[in-house]
Amino acid sequence: DIKDVGHKYYLELELEDVLDKDSTVNCTAEVLYHLGNKNIAPDVQFTLEGELKSTEEADHVFYTRIRSLEKELVAENIPDSHGHVPPELEPLHLLAWVASGYLVWQNSTENTQLQLAQIKHVKQVKRSDEYLQFDYVVLLHEMVSQEIIPWEMTVLWHPRDGVQVTWNSRQPGHTSG
Amino acid sequence: DQVLHIVPETFQQVQHLQLLHSILLLDLWKPLMPEDITAGEDLHIRVPAPLVHEVKESLDQHMISYRVLIPDVQELVDQSMPRERSSHKQVQEGYVYTQYHPMEEIYEWMTQIQNNYSELVTQHFLGMTFENRPMYYLQISQPSNKPKKIIWMDCGIHAREWISPAFCQWFVKEILQNYKSDPKIRGFLQNLDLYVLPVLNIDGYMYSWKTDRLWRKNRSPYTNGTCYGVDLNRNFNSSWGSIGVSFDCSSDVFCGSEPESEPETRAVAQFIRRKKSDIACFLTIHSYGQLILTPYGSTTEPPRNNEELMQVGKKAAAALRGKYGTIYKVGPSSLILYNNSGSSRDWAHMIGIPLSYTFELRDNGTYGFLLPADQIQPTCEETM
Repeated sequence: DIKDVGHKYYLELELEDVLDKDSTVNCTAEVLYHLGNKNIAPDVQFTLEGELKSTEEADHVFYTRIRSLEKELVAENIPDSHGHVPPELEPLHLLAWVASGYLVWQNSTENTQLQLAQIKHVKQVKRSDEYLQFDYVVLLHEMVSQEIIPWEMTVLWHPRDGVQVTWNSRQPGHTSG
Repeated sequence: DQVLHIVPETFQQVQHLQLLHSILLLDLWKPLMPEDITAGEDLHIRVPAPLVHEVKESLDQHMISYRVLIPDVQELVDQSMPRERSSHKQVQEGYVYTQYHPMEEIYEWMTQIQNNYSELVTQHFLGMTFENRPMYYLQISQPSNKPKKIIWMDCGIHAREWISPAFCQWFVKEILQNYKSDPKIRGFLQNLDLYVLPVLNIDGYMYSWKTDRLWRKNRSPYTNGTCYGVDLNRNFNSSWGSIGVSFDCSSDVFCGSEPESEPETRAVAQFIRRKKSDIACFLTIHSYGQLILTPYGSTTEPPRNNEELMQVGKKAAAALRGKYGTIYKVGPSSLILYNNSGSSRDWAHMIGIPLSYTFELRDNGTYGFLLPADQIQPTCEETM
C-alpha cells in the first residue's frame, strides 16, 4: 500500500508456452494500481528469467500465407460453441489473445478480472504497406460482474515488429434481451 | 429401402419396368433415365421400404427375375458417415458422453437411463421452468430397508457453462456402468442415495444453444418484457440482495425481484427444504475457474464447521490433482473468488446442510466457457 499513490503488487510467475506445455519461463513483475482515477492503466514492470522460444519460422509461414490470400480473410465465432478452433485459424486466435491482453491491461482495476471469451468476428484488411491488419470484434468476460463485453479492435502485425493495437472501442453490452 | 438388380430379358419386361418406375416413382440408380432401360443390360433400382413387397410381387407376376443388391440402404448410409446427431440414437451404446448435447437429447437420455438401469434409477419431477419445461432429477438408489442419507448434485444453473451438464451426465454414466464391477460404488450406495439434476436452468441452456452461446441467466422477462433473465445463483434466500448482485435486469448478476422469485429456484428450494434433514452433502457444479468453493460468498465470517468443510474440500482437490495434475483451489467464495449473495450453496448450508460446495470446473480462462469437447473426458474423469 503506497500512500497517496496506490497499491503495488509483487508477483512471481511461471509463464507456460501455450504451444508447448513443457516449456516454461519464470518471471517477476511489479504491478501498481493507481489510486483514484480508474481510467489510468496499472503500471507494469517485469523481468523474464530466461528466454522465450523463437517463433520465426511459424511467423514467416503465417505472414506469407496471409499476404498471398486473394480474398480478404473473414471468420466468426472462434472458438465455436463447442470450443473448437479450425487449425488454419489458430494463429488468428492466438493473435487475438495477445491483442486482447492489451485491452485487459488498459482496462483492469483491482476489482476486475478480464479474459478473452470468444472472437465474435474477424476481418482482414489488406494494406499497401508490409503490415497485416485484422479488425476484430472480441467478447471479453469480466469475472466479478460476470458480464460479457463486446470490444472492437484494430490489430497490426508483422513478424519483425510484433503486435500493435492501433484502435479499440468498447461496445455497448451484450444484450440482456 | 432396398436396391434390386434386374436384367430384363425381353422388350415386354423392359416396358413393365418402365411402367413400374413411372407409376411408383422408383429411384433409378442405373441407368439414369428410364428410356435407357434395355433388355440384356443391368438395371439397378432403389425401392422405398413400404413398396418393396408390392414391387417384388409385381416382378414375380411378370416372371422378371431379380437379385437384392442392397438389403438395407439406411444401414449403409449410417456406416459410411460419422455418427450424426439423431434423435433415434440408441442411447445406451450410442450416447456420446464426450460431446455436448442439446436439451432435447438430455431429456431422451434421462428416459433411456431410467429404462436401462431401472433397478437403481428413477426419474422424478421437480417443477416447471419459466418457459414451461419440466425439470427432472435422477435418483440413484440401491433398494434397501434402511433410511439413507442423500447427496444432491445439480448442474447447469448457468446456461453457458456447458461442461457442467456434461459432467452430470458423465457422473451418472460412471456410477451406473461400474456399479456391478466396482465395490467402492456398491459400498457407498449402500449408505447413500444420489440425486442428480443434470440441467437446472433448462430455458437458459436451450437459449445458449439456439441464440446466444454466452447467456448465463434464466429467461424470465422483466421491465415490461424489455429485458430478460435472473442469475439463478443470486436468487436464493441467503443474504439475498446484499452484495455482489445487481437490481438491474440488464446485469448478468441480476438477483431477481425477491428471493426465490424464479420458478427454477423455487422448484429446487422447495424440494431441498423438504428433504433437508436427510441431505448430507449439497453440490452445485459450475465453470470455469478450477475451484472448490465453500460457504460463504456474502461474508468472510467462517461457517461453524469450516474446518470440516476445508478438510473434505482439500481431500477432493488432492484426489482431483492426482489424476491429471489439474490444480483446484479450495476455500470460501468470499475469499478466493468474489463476494456474492443469494447463492444456492450458501443457502443450502444456512438451512442446515453440513457439506455444501460449489465446484468450478476447467479451465482457467484459456477457453473459459467454450471448453473444447475433447476436454470433457479428462475434466470429468478427474472430477469423479
